[in-house]
Amino acid sequence: MQRQNRLAVFLLPAVCWFWGTAVAFGAAAGDATCLGCHAEKEALHASIHGSLGCGDCHTTIRAFPHPEHVAPVNCSTCHTTEGSGVSSSVHAHSSQQPCLSCHGDAHGILAAKDPKSPVYALNLPRTCGTCHGNQDFVKKHGLPDVYSEYIDSIHGFALTKDGLLVAATCSSCHGAHDILTKKDPKSRTNRANIPATCGACHQGIETAYFAGVHGKGLKAGNPAVPACQNCHTAHQIADVREAAWKMKTAATCGGCHKEKFQTYRDTLHAQVSSLGYVETAHCWDCHRAHDILPKSDPASSVAQAHLVETCGKCHSGIGASFVSYEPHADPHNAQAYPALHASAVFMNLLLASVLGFFILHTILWFIRSRGGNPS
Amino acid sequence: MTTPAAVSHTQQTDVRYYSRFTLAQRYLHAVVMVTFLGLAATGLTLRFSESPWSIGFAKAIGGYSAILFFHKLSALGLTVVFVMHVANVLYRVAAKREYGLIWGPDSLVPNLKDFRDFFGNLRWFLWLGPKPKIDRYAYWEKVDYWAVFWGMGIIGLSGYALWFAPFFAKLIPGSWMSIALLIHGEEALLAVGFIFTIHFFNEHLRPDNFPMDLTIFTGRQTEAEFAERHPEEYQRKLELGKLESLRLPPPERWLINMSRLIGVTVVVIGFVILAYTIRAFLKS
Repeated sequence: MQRQNRLAVFLLPAVCWFWGTAVAFGAAAGDATCLGCHAEKEALHASIHGSLGCGDCHTTIRAFPHPEHVAPVNCSTCHTTEGSGVSSSVHAHSSQQPCLSCHGDAHGILAAKDPKSPVYALNLPRTCGTCHGNQDFVKKHGLPDVYSEYIDSIHGFALTKDGLLVAATCSSCHGAHDILTKKDPKSRTNRANIPATCGACHQGIETAYFAGVHGKGLKAGNPAVPACQNCHTAHQIADVREAAWKMKTAATCGGCHKEKFQTYRDTLHAQVSSLGYVETAHCWDCHRAHDILPKSDPASSVAQAHLVETCGKCHSGIGASFVSYEPHADPHNAQAYPALHASAVFMNLLLASVLGFFILHTILWFIRSRGGNPS
Repeated sequence: MTTPAAVSHTQQTDVRYYSRFTLAQRYLHAVVMVTFLGLAATGLTLRFSESPWSIGFAKAIGGYSAILFFHKLSALGLTVVFVMHVANVLYRVAAKREYGLIWGPDSLVPNLKDFRDFFGNLRWFLWLGPKPKIDRYAYWEKVDYWAVFWGMGIIGLSGYALWFAPFFAKLIPGSWMSIALLIHGEEALLAVGFIFTIHFFNEHLRPDNFPMDLTIFTGRQTEAEFAERHPEEYQRKLELGKLESLRLPPPERWLINMSRLIGVTVVVIGFVILAYTIRAFLKS
C-alpha cells in the first residue's frame, strides 16, 4: 500500500501537467502559441469561424513546434454536404484548394449573406469570373467566356445595375458546390432539367412551356425541341421587351423552322420588320412564345376558331375572310397553293417575255442607230 | 446633222418650234415621273428589305414608317393624276365628241399601222428596209402609255388591297392577299425594269436622242425633229395646213436648263434604282 501511494504522488502531477498542456494548446492558450509566429492569422477572429480555435481546422498539428509541412485543412470535416458536393463536381480536381478559390482568404471567410463575402449574391459573378472570365483560362480549358456574356445579360444588369438580390446569378442555375457539366443528366443545366432550373424563378413560364409543343416534346425525350436556352441563350439572355431581341426572334425560330421562316420572309410583316418595325407580327405574336400549340389543337392561338382574335390583336375590323390569309403561303408549292403558284409562274413568264422582247428590240435599235444608214 | 440642242442655241431665230405636248400633259408626265420614282425607291426598299442598302435608305429617310408614308403618298399622287387623266379623256370623248382621241392618226389607241410600223422597224433594224414613217405616236410610245394602265390596274389595285386589307378582305378572299403582294412586287419589278431601261433608251438615250429628248419637258419640238420623228404626222398636217397652228416660240433658256437638269437627275436616280434592283434580285 505504502509503495503504491508513493507512486501516485509522483504520477499525478505529471499526468496533470501533460493534460493541462494539451488542453491549453488546443484552446486559447494554444492559439496564443500559434499567433506567436502566425500573427496575421488574427483575422480569423473576425470571420465566421471566429469561435473556432486554430486546432479545430488544423487538426494534424498537435504540438509546438510542428513539422514544416502540415496536411491541408479539410473543410468537409464539418461541411460534409458541401464537401461531398464539390468532390463530385466539375471543380473536384481543381489544382487549387477549391473551397478557398471562391470563399476567399482561409482565415477571413465570411458568411455567404455578408455583403463583403466573395460568394455574396452581388459578388458571385465576379468571383466565378476570376476564372470563367479569364481569357487565358477559358482558352486553355476550351470554355465559353461566360462572364462577359452574363454581365451584359438581363440577369447581369439586374444584379450589377439594380443590385437585385433575386436576380439569377451563377449559383442560381449551376448550384454552388455540386456543379455538374451540362452533359450530366443530373446537372441542373442539363437540357432536360433546364426548364425546372429556370422555372425555379420563372414558374409561370415553365408551366406555359410544358403546356406547349416544345415542353411536351422535351418531356417525351424529343432531342429536336428547344429548351429555354435554345431560344434565350444560356448567359446572354436579353430583355424580351427590347427591340433588339424582338427583331432577332424570327431568325431564332427560323433556325429550326427553316421553311416557315423562308415563307415568313416573303410577307409584308417580315419586310417592315427588317426595316425596323418592331411591333409588326413576329413568330410569337401569332404562335405565342411558350405555350405554342399546333394549328390542329383547338386551344392553339392559330387554330381556326382563334384566328380572328389572334390577327385582331393588330388588325381591327376583320372577319372570317381576312383570316383565310395564309401567312406562310409558298409560291413554289403548287399542290398546297395552286393559285399563288400559278400567279408566280405567270408573273415570271410575263417579266421574262416583256423585258426580253423589248430589250432585244432596244439592242437591235441601238446597233442600227450606231451603224448608220448603209445607203 | 447637228444635235437639236446645238441647233436650239446657235440658230435660235431660224428654227421653227411646234407644239407636241400641252402644259397639262407635261405636268401629267412630271407627276407620274416623280411619283413613280418615289414608289420605286420605297417599294424596292420593302421588296428587298433585308439588303443593307434598304436598311440604310430606310434609316436615312426616317425608318419603315417613312418608307410606308412616302410609298402611300406617291401612290395617292399617281392615282389622282391617273384618275384625272382618264376622266379628262372620257369627258373630251363623251362631251366634246373628240373621237380622234379614240380612233385615228392622233390617237394613242393601237391600230393596224402600229403593227406595220413595228414590222417595218424590225426590217429597218436588220438593214432590210427603210425606216417606217411614224405618225403622231410611235408604237413604242403607245406601249409606254398603255403600260401605265396595265401597271395601275395590277399594281394599283393590289396595292390598295394590301393597304386596306381588312376592307378588301370583305370583297375578295383573304387568302388572295398573298397573291396580291406577289403580283404587286413582281409587276413593280417589271415596271422598274421597263421604265429604267427601255423607256429611258427609247426616249432619251438612243443615239438619235442622246443625251436627252427634252420634248416632254418643253412641250415642243423643232421642225427638223418633227419631220424626222413623226414624218407621217408632219406631212399630213403640212398638207392640211394645220402646221402653223402648232407653231410656238422657242423654249426659254431657263426651261431648257431646267429640263436638262430634271431629265439627267431622273435618269441618274433611275439607273441607281435599277442597279440596286438588279443586284438585290440576283442576290435573293
